[in-house]
Amino acid sequence: MNLTLNVWRQKNRNDPGRFVTYQATNISPDMSFLEMLDVVNQELIMRGEEPIAFDHDCREGICGMCGLMINGVAHGPEQTTTCQLHMRSFKDGDTITIEPWRASAFPVIKDLVVDRSAFDRIIAAGGYISVSTGSAPDGNAIPIPKDAADKAMDAAACIGCGACVAACPNASAMLFVGAKVTHLGLLPQGQPERYQRAVRMVEQMDAEGFGGCTNIGECSAVCPKGISLDVIARLNRDLLVATIKGVR
Amino acid sequence: MATTETKPTTARPATELTPSPLDARIPPGPLEQKWERHKFELKLVNPANKRRYTIIVVGSGLAGSSAAATMAELGYNIKCFCYQDSPRRAHSIAAQGGINAAKNYRNDGDSVYRLFYDTIKGGDFRAREANVYRLAEVSLNIIDQCVAQGVPFAREYSGYLDNRSFGGAQVSRTFYARGQTGQQLLLGAYQALERQIGLGKVQMFPRTEMLDLVVIDGRARGIITRDMVTGKIERHIADAVVLATGGYGNVFYLSTNAKGCNATAIWRAHRKGAFFGNPCFTQIHPTCIPVTGDHQSKLTLMSESLRNDGRVWVPKRKGDTRPPNEIPEDERDYFLERKYPSYGNLAPRDIASRAAKEVCDEGRGVGPGGLGVYLDFADAIKRLGRRVIEERYGNLFDMYLRITGEDPYEVPFRIYPAVHYTMGGLWVDYNLMSTIPGLFVIGEANFSDHGANRLGASALMQGLADGYFILPYTIGDYLARGGIAKADTSHAAFAEAEAEVTERINRLLSINGRRTVDSFHRELGKLLWDYCGMARNEAGLKKALERIPELRAEFWENVRVPGEGGELNQELEKAGRVADFLELAELMCIDALHRAESCGGHFREEYQTEDGEAKRDDEHFAYVAAWQFTGVGNQPVLHKEPLNYEYVQLATRSYK
Repeated sequence: MNLTLNVWRQKNRNDPGRFVTYQATNISPDMSFLEMLDVVNQELIMRGEEPIAFDHDCREGICGMCGLMINGVAHGPEQTTTCQLHMRSFKDGDTITIEPWRASAFPVIKDLVVDRSAFDRIIAAGGYISVSTGSAPDGNAIPIPKDAADKAMDAAACIGCGACVAACPNASAMLFVGAKVTHLGLLPQGQPERYQRAVRMVEQMDAEGFGGCTNIGECSAVCPKGISLDVIARLNRDLLVATIKGVR
Repeated sequence: MATTETKPTTARPATELTPSPLDARIPPGPLEQKWERHKFELKLVNPANKRRYTIIVVGSGLAGSSAAATMAELGYNIKCFCYQDSPRRAHSIAAQGGINAAKNYRNDGDSVYRLFYDTIKGGDFRAREANVYRLAEVSLNIIDQCVAQGVPFAREYSGYLDNRSFGGAQVSRTFYARGQTGQQLLLGAYQALERQIGLGKVQMFPRTEMLDLVVIDGRARGIITRDMVTGKIERHIADAVVLATGGYGNVFYLSTNAKGCNATAIWRAHRKGAFFGNPCFTQIHPTCIPVTGDHQSKLTLMSESLRNDGRVWVPKRKGDTRPPNEIPEDERDYFLERKYPSYGNLAPRDIASRAAKEVCDEGRGVGPGGLGVYLDFADAIKRLGRRVIEERYGNLFDMYLRITGEDPYEVPFRIYPAVHYTMGGLWVDYNLMSTIPGLFVIGEANFSDHGANRLGASALMQGLADGYFILPYTIGDYLARGGIAKADTSHAAFAEAEAEVTERINRLLSINGRRTVDSFHRELGKLLWDYCGMARNEAGLKKALERIPELRAEFWENVRVPGEGGELNQELEKAGRVADFLELAELMCIDALHRAESCGGHFREEYQTEDGEAKRDDEHFAYVAAWQFTGVGNQPVLHKEPLNYEYVQLATRSYK
């Protein structure tokens, strides 16, 4: 199939950027979206033009490195990662607009590549259990109800791609933060630091310039791992308890 | 070919600097006590002195993150580097099935000794006994540590940890978190790492690529890096350097590795004097989604755990094009169950892959091009119900549907083997130190532990064993022994290495030829897959050894790398990596040609039993081949580390 692509090109962080139109020809429906871009890039290189820069790595939907706004939807029309989106989701003759994640906390580095290091700083602020190597009891010493373990796993499935932020009109990172707070907060091991964790992660989130949550739900709708809005409710509950308890 | 033989030494346990290039430093004493005694004999660095040392860790996967976090907890200053935008993206994250540990929670006869034995046998008797035993021992601690970090392992209704079975084992010792075990273990290690970053003990350098190793007075003292955003070339100095940069499967272009996985760090270290162990030992994983066309950019693995409940088959008749559901039971060949009745569909990876290749070569393969076999869940769904299957493998079924457009609940999976893991890597001694003093290599990047074939769910185990529980002890001994001279980044060795790196980048950018980096990479990959893949023979390897230097020469004359050095330039990144693959590929073929036997993943067609199984030659090849670099295009020097089996009897590996 043949497609018209409107692609965001931006030389570097300070460049204002603009859309450039390209033709993608002879695209197979079995190609992934990124393989389609590979084809376009190979042609650009041979024409003496600069290829389109985009982030990607595992190409199997788990590393969280890829992420494009496709026709205004984070990761495109299927609820999956961009690398797992296949061209069979499009029709011959379609025009596709491709943009980077847009959020002030995710500045554009080049073309479709953005800086998501704010997420790492949020985790560094408290998204962990403080257990140093060697101090752990036997793995079966603390039985964890299957239901709690399963729900923790649902939240822990977050891949940190940032689609939630890109989709949110407020560029809020509440789904990302809520997922980690829920994952660790559901487990007995995570209890000692539970409220402090929520407070510190949210403080860092605010410092990074992410917006507030107004319960729109776009984040969950585009999340490739289907993280539920419940994690935000849980985060808010932990924050409320933290306030009552005076946890800082 | 020049060779030197090194006698095994048992008397000298610690990290001394000696001229003998291949001293494995295996501690004396009974197998069960070696590590315990060795830990006691290793010198310690006093807690107050630890903060005076800086250690560089390159790579942030399971091995790198766990090592960096643990050493920072101990008090060392760590500089950690990764090429991705965050340490959480390292390719360990893609491991699906699970992690082995000899917990014996199932009461099914598992033990440290059994895990040790299975791993030695699974590796076709080409791994060191002492290393493997230690790995089995510390496997117990890994599970405890990960549970404490909050890794949400699968649980039973009782609340206790669940297990499943993996290939090459007759016990259930694999712990798992749905089909995302690697992700959850990596996030555990990543969170531990981020905690240390927050505490200021680790300085993290994401989007930064190591382009050379700096050696001063014979010791590894630093690295040269490129900031992948600004293109800035930088010098970093330390008291020791740890490489945790993963395997080199991407030399084949198509593999299950992430697109960015590369061999540059280990290859640059090899060029600086680190020996390369068993480069031809690569693992072809049996259950991957078949190639669909020339556009294919990578291959996707379907977890081995699927073979717990799925049955592998092809039609009995050649060229049978009926849809699978219309082929009656008695016209199907469940070839793994037929050939290996005691392990059945859970035969180890090398064996299952070869069996699949064999039936496809006979013309009984399925799907486009005939390069595929069925992995069928119809019986399992009938037996257990769809809900149970969804719970166990739901995400894998969804992934397959997404990629192929076929629903595996309705029609069987189509699978074919693909390059997945490299058992070879930089040679290390018992302390995980390479032949360059002060250069430690952990995880998939080193050659140890898995011999000629790795068992499923053992890569995660090894990465975390090295990072959490082995390296933090052994590196202290190296530092405590002193002798590391004061130096800074103005040293001539830094200037020289930086100049080489800059020169190479400028050269790549100036060629402006007529072929893209990818086109060279694809051609190299095809060459290796054809001649140094699932089956190898002398004629083919010789052909590859002729063709690779030609391709390399063409690359340096005709590659086109657009853009500039001082900016984000993904083609330049790829070009540097492919340039290194073009050298490494030659070494792999040299090693495969010299090893005139079949063992594990290294199947030489000339050496097979009557029924087509690998035929080892223990008399001549029971050694680790450690290669020394002598210049691009020059014959490398082979050093042999003999493998002495004191506990396990060398036997024909049978899964029948």
